[in-house]
Amino acid sequence: MSVTSERPKNQNIIGLTTADYKGLPSTLCSGCGHDAITSQIVKAFFEMGVQPYQVVKMSGIGCSSKSTAYFMNASHGFNGVHGRMPAVATGAVLANRNLICIGVSGDGDTVSIGIGQFCHLLRRNVPMIYVIENNGVYGLTKGQFSATADRGSRLKTGVVNDLPPIDCCALAIEMGCSYVARSFAGDPKQVVALLQGAISHRGTALLDVISPCVTFNNHEGSTKSYKWAKEHEELLHEIDFIPYFEQVETVDYGEGEIKDIPMNDGSHLTLRKVDRDYDPMNKNGAIRLLQESRDAGQFLTGLIYVNPVSENFVDVLNVIEEPLCLLPQNQVRPGPEALKQVMRELM
Amino acid sequence: MSTIQVEPQAEPVPDSPQRQVVNDFSIQVATVNGSGSQSSNNVLMRAIFQMGVPVSGKNLFPSNIAGLPTWFTIRASKKGYVGRKREIDVLIALNPETAKDDVEALEPGRVVLYEEKLNLSKLRNDLTFYPVPFSKLAAEIAEDAKMRKLVANMVYVGSAAELFGIEMPEVEIAIGKWFKSKKKAVDLNVRAAQLGAKYVRENLLKKDPYRIERMDETRGKIIIDGNSACALGSLFAGVTVVAWYPITPASSLCESLIEYMRRYRIDRQTGKATFAIVQAEDELAALGIAIGAGWAGARAMTSTSGPGISLMAEFTGLAYFTEIPCVIYDVQRVGPSTGLPTRTAQGDILSLYYLSHGDTRHLVLFPANMQECFDLSIRAFDLAERFQQPVFVATDLDLGMNTWMSDEFRYPDLPIDRGKVLSAEDLERIGEFARYRDVDGDGITYRTLPGTRHPLAPYFTRGSGHNEAAKYSEKPGDYLQLVERLARKYETARLWVPEPEIRYSTEGARIGVVAYGSTDAAIEECQDQLRTEHAIDTNYFRPRALPFTAHVQKFVDRCDRVYVVEQNRDGQLADIIKLDVSCPQKIRKVLHCTGIPIDARFITDQILAQEKGA
Ligand SMILES: Cc1ncc(C[n+]2csc(CCOP(=O)(O)OP(=O)(O)O)c2C)c(N)n1
Ligand code: SF4
Ligand SMILES: [Mg+2]
Repeated sequence: MSVTSERPKNQNIIGLTTADYKGLPSTLCSGCGHDAITSQIVKAFFEMGVQPYQVVKMSGIGCSSKSTAYFMNASHGFNGVHGRMPAVATGAVLANRNLICIGVSGDGDTVSIGIGQFCHLLRRNVPMIYVIENNGVYGLTKGQFSATADRGSRLKTGVVNDLPPIDCCALAIEMGCSYVARSFAGDPKQVVALLQGAISHRGTALLDVISPCVTFNNHEGSTKSYKWAKEHEELLHEIDFIPYFEQVETVDYGEGEIKDIPMNDGSHLTLRKVDRDYDPMNKNGAIRLLQESRDAGQFLTGLIYVNPVSENFVDVLNVIEEPLCLLPQNQVRPGPEALKQVMRELM
Repeated sequence: MSTIQVEPQAEPVPDSPQRQVVNDFSIQVATVNGSGSQSSNNVLMRAIFQMGVPVSGKNLFPSNIAGLPTWFTIRASKKGYVGRKREIDVLIALNPETAKDDVEALEPGRVVLYEEKLNLSKLRNDLTFYPVPFSKLAAEIAEDAKMRKLVANMVYVGSAAELFGIEMPEVEIAIGKWFKSKKKAVDLNVRAAQLGAKYVRENLLKKDPYRIERMDETRGKIIIDGNSACALGSLFAGVTVVAWYPITPASSLCESLIEYMRRYRIDRQTGKATFAIVQAEDELAALGIAIGAGWAGARAMTSTSGPGISLMAEFTGLAYFTEIPCVIYDVQRVGPSTGLPTRTAQGDILSLYYLSHGDTRHLVLFPANMQECFDLSIRAFDLAERFQQPVFVATDLDLGMNTWMSDEFRYPDLPIDRGKVLSAEDLERIGEFARYRDVDGDGITYRTLPGTRHPLAPYFTRGSGHNEAAKYSEKPGDYLQLVERLARKYETARLWVPEPEIRYSTEGARIGVVAYGSTDAAIEECQDQLRTEHAIDTNYFRPRALPFTAHVQKFVDRCDRVYVVEQNRDGQLADIIKLDVSCPQKIRKVLHCTGIPIDARFITDQILAQEKGA
């Protein structure tokens, strides 16, 4: 597969460089999985040629939620309250449908305190990218278990988790999410491709990325450590992303080797078979896969489910094309005759 | 208020039919929740209104969908008093469960119009009883049982109309208005009313003094409930994003807003909505959505009642600290906890003032009537964007769900105020931007909206400590500077919030009365009672917002004693006034918290009792 491109190598299609997508220096622990994901977010937005001024970065509270400050300084950001980023993001997207919204959250932020809002965001299919930086613990409050910790996994202090984990991807599919992926912060190539796919998607795009907490959950006995994840990661497929602005030359693939997923904006995700035949457009198959892999203690990564033609929340609400926040007075304040009419009816 | 008139009292004298009580009595209809009496009560009230007589209507209903007792009270008042009248003059009894108690509660000389089957006339001998077989009459025109029940309601309207001089053509017009284009329903209900009237004409002899006679006091007036008035205010304020979660007594605010928005805010050319309304999963999300939208530049709102306010506490602090506009309606009900969910109170005042942890103080508006529900709603959106913070509009169940007479609403004469928002062009011209820098010295800083195409525009909003440039900071100096500026902004707000209504007695009265919100409805009547019955002259002060304007100190200075009248247990606004004025010992409390709207007589009695000890 080769692509055509005439621009300088360090510039994207809108003439910006990676530096234009950088954020503040991270204050997270060195080696934290969250920082690895941050780098891929910078890369994905750069490569997609997204205008930073059109992006809003939303987050809740947690080490993961701080990450939005560490990429794209040239975008507005909003670090709100713990577990409630979905609502704030929903409001922002409704106010201005032209915004490209990325939310970054933690496992605690998303499926402990915030599980209600998370479910309703997915159910509404709010157009945004939602990244869970999943480390199985509350990093910021010093390492208590979160609701994604596996049963039997052990804290440094020796405490064992004896409750079952919530599977964010299974939950997302159940809630009607139209783009569901699982990845690993130690697999940058896959993370960036899935992020680019997410940028091309018109509904909620969920990425559940295992993102080890090097300070509180990276030891022997943890199932969210780098070591564990590296040893257990099984790729569902190898993912390539071809943006809408690049032309693909037809290449012959072996029968059944490659699945091509056309995205809403004209981009493509190509999924190259690794071990198993897997169709991420089959919802029941996706649910079965998650169920089976959980029972088998497997750590599968890749694009788990996608439905590129879904209608999003802004469409459902029949919202006008111009951003609501910019409508002039004459479009939002009915004239005196309207008030007169209402008054007459009440007389 | 200049002269002390000693008028003959309008109290009816029992057992003297020659003495007429005209356009000054209350009718209470006692029915069962879910029996469809809403239409008939409304028709009865409207018919009186159409005869030019001032009316108000209050629904006392249970937290239940069907089967529990409910009472609807209509007050006709030639003087235009709209507060609750403590005494019931005419009882229309249809509910077997409460009929006995209802009859027993009446003052002597009053009237009972009742379903014949209930057999009430033996209960007392100091009342006038009118038995009418409402359901039997209904059976004459409606076959199935459900229909008969509904129609029986309109039969009592006809009977009442005949008894009290309410003109049948007005009843018919009111029926037409209520059932609108449903011709069959209109015809059936008109027949029912006529039957009720005919029965009275042919079988009963009028023995009571109460009468409605034509006046000309309602021309150009409307009848509306406060929630609809607030919804209209939001519509004309240009709200664009609305998120809400159902709760009595606030639900009908957003429900009527949805209706109005569908009617007036669909773009003609595209058929698309110039708004987004979300029924959220809870009040946390509702406010979160409003805050996200306000941050992105929309005019955003939510509406709720006490329990929702409690859930909104954390988000309110976020919006205060990060300076994001949004409007929050609190249609108050009785708390704490679930409390009395279908009863009225003013118990959230302190919560609203200080909602959330840390040092916070909020802008709270107190509309007291329908016109203000409309006007102050519009003001609330302007203030929210001007001050970049949450603005609460505090009404209550009495204002929000009951029906009130009002002047026609005035179309807003000021353009929408979007506050200090910098566009890309502004940024280009100015050449610098710091989100939280107090450039103008009024505590209000400039903001940019996400999506603004200029390198200076982006900033990072955070609920954690931040400096002028919106950068994360835990430096003591930065924090202090920030919270002191927020306090300064609040001081600025004193000059912008709606001014109080003040009525000084020309007699140089030294007693002050303070009330706000729905309590205002009872004040004029109370002041009249104090003056005509006890020769006590009073000044009146009605704050329309928190923070207070400078007027409150001046008012207290001009009085020896100030009675703050409100509908909660502890005197919440009185305590805030005490904090604000230099002579808190002058402040006294008149408190009513039964869930039933306060009435003038209660206030009068309380003030008299406290004056005795003065
Ligand atoms: C209402 C509320 N409760 C508790 C906290 C404390 N708190 C801050 S972050 C956090 C957990 C964060 O965990 P997670 O979302 O997994 O993020 P991580 O730090 O692991 O990246 C908690 C409990 C808070 N900020 N707000
Ligand atoms: S505590 Fe854990 S999650 Fe937080 S920054 Fe450090 S490594 Fe990352
Ligand atoms: Mg975590």
